[in-house]
Amino acid sequence: MAQVHLKDVVKRYGALDVVHSINLSISEGEFVVLVGPSGCGKSTTLRMVAGLEAISDGEVRIGDRVVNDLPPRERNLAMVFQNYALYPHMTVRENLGFSLKIAKRSQREIDAAVNEAAEILALTPLMDRKPGALSGGQRQRVAMGRAIVRQPDVFLFDEPLSNLDAKLRTQMRVEIKKLHQKVGSTVIYVTHDQIEAMTLADRIVIMRDGHIVQVGTPLEVFERPLNTFVATFIGSPPMNLLSGVIQDGAVVLADGTTIPTPPDLRVAEGRKVSLGIRADNIMPEGHSLPPSAHMAQVEMPVLLTEPLGTETLLFTQLAGTEVQAKMLNPRPVRPGEVLRFGIALDKCHLFDAETGASLRS
Amino acid sequence: MTRAKLPPWLVLLLPAIVIILAVVMVPLLLSLYSSFTPYHLTRPETLWKWIGTFNYVKAATDPNFWRAFGRTVLLLTIALNLEMLLGLGLALMVSKVTQGQRLLRTAMMFPMMFSPILVGFQFKFIFNDNVGLVNNALQSLGLTERAIPWLVDGNLALFAIIMAEVWTSTSVFAILILAGLFALPQDPLEAAKVDGCTPWQSFRYVTLPFLMPFIYIAMAIRSLDVARAYDIVQVMTNGGPARRTELLWTLIGRTGYVDARMGYANAMGYIAILLSIAFTVYFFRKLQSARRELGMAD
Ligand SMILES: Nc1ncnc2c1ncn2[C@@H]1O[C@H](COP(=O)(O)OP(=O)(O)OP(=O)(O)O)[C@@H](O)[C@H]1O
Ligand SMILES: [Mg+2]
Repeated sequence: MAQVHLKDVVKRYGALDVVHSINLSISEGEFVVLVGPSGCGKSTTLRMVAGLEAISDGEVRIGDRVVNDLPPRERNLAMVFQNYALYPHMTVRENLGFSLKIAKRSQREIDAAVNEAAEILALTPLMDRKPGALSGGQRQRVAMGRAIVRQPDVFLFDEPLSNLDAKLRTQMRVEIKKLHQKVGSTVIYVTHDQIEAMTLADRIVIMRDGHIVQVGTPLEVFERPLNTFVATFIGSPPMNLLSGVIQDGAVVLADGTTIPTPPDLRVAEGRKVSLGIRADNIMPEGHSLPPSAHMAQVEMPVLLTEPLGTETLLFTQLAGTEVQAKMLNPRPVRPGEVLRFGIALDKCHLFDAETGASLRS
Repeated sequence: MTRAKLPPWLVLLLPAIVIILAVVMVPLLLSLYSSFTPYHLTRPETLWKWIGTFNYVKAATDPNFWRAFGRTVLLLTIALNLEMLLGLGLALMVSKVTQGQRLLRTAMMFPMMFSPILVGFQFKFIFNDNVGLVNNALQSLGLTERAIPWLVDGNLALFAIIMAEVWTSTSVFAILILAGLFALPQDPLEAAKVDGCTPWQSFRYVTLPFLMPFIYIAMAIRSLDVARAYDIVQVMTNGGPARRTELLWTLIGRTGYVDARMGYANAMGYIAILLSIAFTVYFFRKLQSARRELGMAD
């Protein structure tokens, strides 16, 4: 177990900076998830921590050691790779025990550690197979087992679940969470799946184009996104954004629709803004938005519905922009039907139309 | 009138069958047959005299034959292992080069582009005891006083022949191993680094098992090559001095064409081919098991 500190860390390929001066402090035993769109530098950051990628500038500390110039083997961490990277010529048992064998542990110790990991991950019946004879999910578990066996200071995961089907992914997500509660090691976990990030993380680090955009607990980044990028990236379906201008304490949309500004926000007259509303905060009347003092009503035509069982997603339109709303206790809705929607204003967000920065500060 | 009609597949295959019969089967059967006769090139009538396994028994009890046999195996073992080690080293170095790698790869092939006969002459000159480069170099560096009789002493001559073989054919190993290195998956190597491997351990436990199939393919190819070694030896020492570098095929060639005892030569040839087959089978077994190791074949 150890803390991990990144100080002004830069990764440069030739003249191209792909990670720009990142600062991040991870405390002991914390589960931190790096999330962001493809190509934003998550893997690169993780690989710099692992020592698989040279650090162009700045400093990475694990525990109280600066590890910039240490090879991976001296950093005492374990990594689970996106495509598992198992040793194809070794059996599951040999894969699991390899790091201990390299560390010259006694055969008894190795057997004990390997059997325990196999037990946890339900790999016992597969121990004498080669990776080639395993399914994707089984390989993934072997990769996890290989990491557990080492009892490292820090676990690194690079999109370990992205090759699994949806059901297995949910299952493994729970396993990973349990595992973390059990061993309590520091974890840095990379994913581009915001649901994985929300469900696993103690803290989420949202990255974009090699910058850290926001760091916070899952609830913080969900409820207080710092800008429109985070607002639309975190949460499913993505937050609706409506452009408008502030007039008389209300947002006036392109077609003249007026929606009062969220109650705790004071914004200068005439400022161009984006109004952010999550689908959970805009619902047809009679379909259970909790009663609140700050409600606004709009009428919108329903263009398309997506029934999900307990709720239905409604695709509607307001001032020429597509808006997704949720309907709890759903009833059948005809396309084209116009419904009255209630908006919970106290849950809405305002962003600067140009910079995208949140106006909540 | 009815004519027996051949089935179409036979008609279509007929040209190929005729050619294979004429070019491969007939000479093969003829040579096999002649190994059971005292066939002498200058006395054609001897081809019709059947003497059973006499030639085989004679070869099997001829110490010269077994010495040549043993020497061939020795040459094969030393040359193949040397070539493997050097080729591996060469491939590893070339794979690390980032600039001008194409050029290096091409240069690596140069020795293969020369006729073995020319290589033989070249090395004969290099190891010549009076005017050879090696002796000149050794003497001017003051390492030896007297000229070393490279091609006269039996062991030294074998050494010189091995040098020539290694020089021409190390690139076979290097090229095949390099191909293996290019196909080497990077992820397990990175996993090994994180798992605590030193560069040597990564090589030993990850890279090498992956390269083994490539090494065995090169071994199989080269074992056939060396087992029929003739040209370089013929040029450099002619199997001499006093048969001390005699290999299987120089012995067979001499028996067949110089002594004109073709029946006996053919008998020895068939025994020699068994050697080649044995090596090929051995290396293919190894190849299979190495591939199975990697989960590539079943
Ligand atoms: N060797 C390289 N040379 C130049 N640019 C590179 C190199 N490796 C990666 N990059 C660039 O660095 C950026 C970050 O890559 P990285 O692999 O960290 O992305 P990522 O966030 O992990 O994306 P993904 O979710 O697709 O895995 C990308 O834009 C990529 O093109
Ligand atoms: Mg990545």
